[in-house]
Amino acid sequence: MCGNEALAEAAVIAGVDAYFGYPITPQNEITAYMSRRMAEEGRVFVQCESELAAINMVFGASATGKRAMTSSSSPGISLMQEGISYLSGAELPAVVVNVMRGGPGLGNIAPSQGDYFQATRGGGHGDYRTIVFGPCGVQELVDCMPLAFDLADQYRMTVVVLADGILGQMMEPVVLDPVRNPTMPNPYASGQKGKISNGVEKKPGRKLPPKDWALTGAQDREQNIVRSLWLKEGALEELNYKLQAKYKEVEKNEVLCEEYQVEDSEIVVVAYGVAARIVRSAVIKARQEGIKVGWIRPITLWPFPTEQISRAANEFRIFLTVEMSLGQMLEDVKLAVAGKAPVLFYGRPGGEIPTVEQVLGKIRQLTIPGSSKRKVKNAKPKIKV
Amino acid sequence: MKTVFTRTPTLKDCPTHYCPGCGHGIVHRLIAETIDELGIRGRTIGIAPVGCAVLAYDYLDVDMVEVAHGRPPAVATGMKRTNPDKIIFSYQGDGDLAAIGTAEIIHAAHRGEQIAVIFINNAVFGMTGGQMAPTTVLGQVTATTQQGRKAVGEGYPLQVCELLAVLPGAIYIERCSVYNPAQIRKAKKAVKHAFELQLDGAQGLSLVEVLSPCPTYWRMTPAKAMEWIEKEMTKAFPLGCFKG
Repeated sequence: MCGNEALAEAAVIAGVDAYFGYPITPQNEITAYMSRRMAEEGRVFVQCESELAAINMVFGASATGKRAMTSSSSPGISLMQEGISYLSGAELPAVVVNVMRGGPGLGNIAPSQGDYFQATRGGGHGDYRTIVFGPCGVQELVDCMPLAFDLADQYRMTVVVLADGILGQMMEPVVLDPVRNPTMPNPYASGQKGKISNGVEKKPGRKLPPKDWALTGAQDREQNIVRSLWLKEGALEELNYKLQAKYKEVEKNEVLCEEYQVEDSEIVVVAYGVAARIVRSAVIKARQEGIKVGWIRPITLWPFPTEQISRAANEFRIFLTVEMSLGQMLEDVKLAVAGKAPVLFYGRPGGEIPTVEQVLGKIRQLTIPGSSKRKVKNAKPKIKV
Repeated sequence: MKTVFTRTPTLKDCPTHYCPGCGHGIVHRLIAETIDELGIRGRTIGIAPVGCAVLAYDYLDVDMVEVAHGRPPAVATGMKRTNPDKIIFSYQGDGDLAAIGTAEIIHAAHRGEQIAVIFINNAVFGMTGGQMAPTTVLGQVTATTQQGRKAVGEGYPLQVCELLAVLPGAIYIERCSVYNPAQIRKAKKAVKHAFELQLDGAQGLSLVEVLSPCPTYWRMTPAKAMEWIEKEMTKAFPLGCFKG
């Protein structure tokens, strides 16, 4: 299964009641797969007239307490921002998959990580947050879908699954576990993995709150109102404080990240999604060359693993952020490092993919002379300590 | 003393925020009466628009949601598809339905969504201060057509019923008004019919357009506004059933 189909099936397994979508490359396999599977399951599939309509259909289904999702790619996600802001104001759960492509504008259809800011900063108008996953392989994409629906329901928030054109299109063997398994066993198809630090493993089988706020018809009860308009003086401020308190809870409980050989490392590479797969190969090669390098891979991009990175920055290390953009997550890494260590960047924008050799070259450049047992050939340190 | 007329239970007993002579209150009542007469309060979900009627849930005692400008038909689609047993209605103004939400209403009708749309046409944007709406009639003075609306550059009044009636997915399209008691009774019949079609599981969208007064932004007395609907507005928007 390609990533797009696998995530769609994972959503079906996670109990999605309704899927609403509009065609856009490179996520069209999701729409096509859902049109067939949702019909087989007797659930709802609508091909909408626009992404605006899609996100508002999600809004409608969610307001009645149903599990609803949509998917799109960058330009379509931009159109959905209005709806995501309203969903956030009305505290409705929703799952939005963004299979990112190159931008800005129509850009191209190649894989990119250019929507990090949009996803992690809310994206639409107002003070709000969305939970954002940045899975790095098809297995992790599959594993984060049930978790996305659970978190959406638990916190009454929009959860964004931030994939990209490679993840959507590539094929990897996956285990589609019909029993919910929110522990994310191995993000990669095989091979070395780091330690996944999170609060999720401690909470198998989340207890989700009842949806007593849902619009189901006011039968033998008072009316329910789902709204985001608060005109009375102080009412909107109160809502915003309530939202912030909820976001603090999410930050406390839901950070997911992978750490690999950070303890003895002199260089820590921070990357997410497909860029992290490239980094992983580069780090493993660099280790074979004797370079003390590790990686930190945020799995949730919001909440961001600030604590994990900050802890790593307590000992002197060089941080290298690698992205398929010109540096967006870089800002979060810098905020986490808080000036305690140098933070460098390597990335390629516009749908271009950094190669393992390019990242490895960058790691070699950062090697501190004399610190590794083995001297690296031709390594010219950029940072003098 | 014998009670001959009373508030219908689904219409809440509270002060109104609408201007004197506004038509929203009348149409709210027609919807509330319909819900009570059909006994569907426990299975009805309403959608409030952006505009003066954004607070419709303060008056209509049913489950309601308030959504982004122009998007009620999409929200209604999401609700009805996942809850085919519920009665879904949207309440939309002319800015909401005929300007920013044209794609949503056309495609909801085009897909034949089983929803009831109550469309209030008062020929202006009321909430934002009386600007030109797509339904503003030619020559009408508004905040943004201070010399009167001209066809060249500003377009002709948009006839939503005529536009939607040609779509196979639209099964019932009627234009009514509330300018006198007889018209109010006709409008009530139309609103009720739209709800009944949905109750019967009829395959398609129903829309009832109501020509409704906005004395504040028409700069008229309430009585004069009613007269203006009858004499002027109905020329651009002829009353009648266009389909079904």
